[in-house]
Amino acid sequence: MSKKTKNLLKGFYDVSPLLLPVVPFGIIFGAIGIELGFGPYITYATSIIIFSGASQIVFFQLLSNGASSIIAITSSSVVSTRHLLYGAVVAQYLSKLSIIWKLFLSYLLTDQSFAVSQDFFKKNSYDEYKHYHLLGAGLTLWTVWQVTTIIGILLGSIVPEELGLTFTIPLTFLALLINYFRKLDHLFVIFLSGLLSIVFYHAPFKSYIILSSLISLLAISLINKSKKK
Amino acid sequence: MNIWISIVIAGIINYLTRLGSVLLIKPEKLNESTKKILGYVPSAVFPAIIFPAVFLNETNTIVDIKDPKIIGFVVAVITGYLSKNVLTTIIAGLISYWVIIFFI
Repeated sequence: MSKKTKNLLKGFYDVSPLLLPVVPFGIIFGAIGIELGFGPYITYATSIIIFSGASQIVFFQLLSNGASSIIAITSSSVVSTRHLLYGAVVAQYLSKLSIIWKLFLSYLLTDQSFAVSQDFFKKNSYDEYKHYHLLGAGLTLWTVWQVTTIIGILLGSIVPEELGLTFTIPLTFLALLINYFRKLDHLFVIFLSGLLSIVFYHAPFKSYIILSSLISLLAISLINKSKKK
Repeated sequence: MNIWISIVIAGIINYLTRLGSVLLIKPEKLNESTKKILGYVPSAVFPAIIFPAVFLNETNTIVDIKDPKIIGFVVAVITGYLSKNVLTTIIAGLISYWVIIFFI
């Protein structure tokens, strides 16, 4: 098997446990779009054009609550700003790629593909085909998200609400942090960001994610600086 | 504003947040301490998604300490710490949550 195929399949393999919440969430999203009255085409279009579950939900919820388009666009964009941080991390490994690769891989950069591929990049920084890992992980997520949105649009809320499957979303993100549980500096960042997200939860335009992230990154950088002195 | 136009604008901005850093950041221009800080990005972003989903309920108030989500969260943390396995962690959290909501 060529190195490219191997990395592609490794991306698929690494991201597959993370599909557990993506499947019900995609179906729920498709069903919500229809329930809120957006119709099948608009609901599906967001999955291909916006392609970010959290931003899509925010966008629909605000519009259906009567918010203006500007508010809906602003909020879904602010929710998305965390990708700037993901991009900064993977940019260190993708800088030598052509512009076409960068344009395409950026489209596939989601929470889950970022989580698994940045870990792979860290461990395989000298592999010249390492970007195939992100391609494999990203395409897997993209395909599953498209298919499950369509299932939700066609079949409605077939996922019983009693199962509480939305709880798998925080569980997955938690599982992505297990490698840091033994590192005190990371634990500090984790708890600080978590606490801040509760404090800032009502901040305008759903900015609590990016606010908590930036403040906790700033805090750890100040701590690291003061330690050096 | 027409909804299609809104979706396209939201999509373009969303895409730019993904593309921006990938396109503009030159790794050779990053110093060591910046690279080190970037290593904290998962630890800084993911908790802001986790904590509100676990510790706030539908009315955006702090959940009760005996809430099934707290139990599932604690079980997942312990399982993750011990097993260091992503799938085991998710499943342990979900099963303990189901046990509480269905049987207790």
